[in-house]
Amino acid sequence: MIIQDEMIITSQQEIAHNIFEMKLQGKLVEEITAPGQFVHIRVGDAFDMLLRRPISVAEINPEEKEITIIYRAEGDGTKRLSEKQAGDLVDVLGPLGNGFPVEETNKGETAYLIGGGIGVPPLYELSKQLTAKGVSCVHVLGFQSEDVVFYEEGFNALGDTYIVTVDGTKGTTGFVTSVMEKLNDDFATFYSCGPMPMLKAVQEIYEGKKGFLSFEQRMGCGVGACFACVCETTDQIEASYIKVCSDGPVFPAGVVAL
Amino acid sequence: MNRLSVELPGLQLRNPIMPASGCFGFGKEYGGMYDLSLLGAIMIKATTLETRLGNPTPRVAETPSGMLNAIGLQNPGLKGVMENELPWLEQFDVPIIANVAGSEPADYVEVAKTISTAPNVKALELNISCPNVKEGGIAFGTDPLVAEELTSAVKEVSQVPVYVKLSPNVTDIKEVALAVERGGADGITMINTLLGMRLDEKTGKPIIANVTGGLSGPAVKPVALKMVYEVSQVVDIPIIGMGGIMNAQDVIDFMSAGASAVAVGTANFVDPFICPKIIEELPAKLDELNIEYISELVGRSYK
Repeated sequence: MIIQDEMIITSQQEIAHNIFEMKLQGKLVEEITAPGQFVHIRVGDAFDMLLRRPISVAEINPEEKEITIIYRAEGDGTKRLSEKQAGDLVDVLGPLGNGFPVEETNKGETAYLIGGGIGVPPLYELSKQLTAKGVSCVHVLGFQSEDVVFYEEGFNALGDTYIVTVDGTKGTTGFVTSVMEKLNDDFATFYSCGPMPMLKAVQEIYEGKKGFLSFEQRMGCGVGACFACVCETTDQIEASYIKVCSDGPVFPAGVVAL
Repeated sequence: MNRLSVELPGLQLRNPIMPASGCFGFGKEYGGMYDLSLLGAIMIKATTLETRLGNPTPRVAETPSGMLNAIGLQNPGLKGVMENELPWLEQFDVPIIANVAGSEPADYVEVAKTISTAPNVKALELNISCPNVKEGGIAFGTDPLVAEELTSAVKEVSQVPVYVKLSPNVTDIKEVALAVERGGADGITMINTLLGMRLDEKTGKPIIANVTGGLSGPAVKPVALKMVYEVSQVVDIPIIGMGGIMNAQDVIDFMSAGASAVAVGTANFVDPFICPKIIEELPAKLDELNIEYISELVGRSYK
């Protein structure tokens, strides 16, 4: 169920250049059902920055009723969020969206997790849950440059991890596809989150394979009422438009027109 | 007697608070979060004759104390609304105001004729003010004569009272208000959004794919308030006021300016529980003002 929760910030730190990791505690955590769901956050009480900011959940800790979010402080809203400190309260709406289907990969099978930039965070919880059920995870993570790479160690601990940077300052030079081309396609499922051109490339390379893509779109309400964050669909499904916030953000590969 | 109740043509409202059209879908999303029977009424998303897919994305952009939207009347069409959306809403004890839109007068007439027969539709809201579609919408709301003729054509076929939603994007909104009153409108809803745009800082290009969008939120409240104040003094039909209402004080302001009831739009996106919260806060507000019944507020700014 979607609830509105005054969550308390238990920690906030800059983990890479302009990339912040925030931990939030509250009863909303009990409602989360899948990795890849997101929360909709008010950056302050004032109305000057009116709309909530959708941010994906990077890690879930049910025992502590705590979630981790990772976001880039790029616009005025996320900058204001980055100024908050441990102990501050934040108005959070969630959990929203459907999330990645962990059940689509069986124990003993291999899953490829492909992320780009600020699309990487939800793959962390996904990898934790897949790994916990006995799935082998291979991570291909693309970033602009070394100074914005995060969670490399965490992903390494879960499975093979390939880092790619556009400027070549870390790992392979280029895009995630530069690594994907060299990997075999002996895997059961792929899961991906990142910018639209990346999702398009991933879907093309793995055409015919079972995969799930998580999309981003400018949002209004976050709950499906305002029809702002729609995506055009392919003829694989009947509906001609789907809503990223409430029908997604995760869709099976091939459903969204890319 | 309930201190918050309001009586309007076709509408017995338990309170003057209703979500505005386009900001509440057809109620399903918010219906999962609270009991919709708490609301005074619900203005459902615009219904057109055929299914509409709406505009390309991005469709929204935040602006200082507001937002721009250019959704483009995406809706499942008259058939879908009659067969799925309205029957679903029947489980709630709440009057529905059906927002009607179209590309030409015949579309409006046909939608109005059918949708006004739905058992829970107690009034229509004629959308002659959507700024985000090429045909219809605002084109009918900026010329007083066109607005009057469309109003009377819809009045002829509608089984329920007809409210007309006015655009603020005109030189003199009073003229359009008087015209729809002449056309037989039972009430006025106002204001729709103000046309605006926002540019991307890096590229200098418009963020909204439709280039322009409708501005809403607290930023437009002073404009809306002034227009309600003016129109309510020249027409004899009631006004449902809207434009940036975020809290109970804003409701008091709009009713003081001359509105008989109000609609809450953008605030639903900020806080999905805002309508029930405002309803709960209103009695204490009335106490502060030593007012027994909320209707006593109407037009006190000039009375």
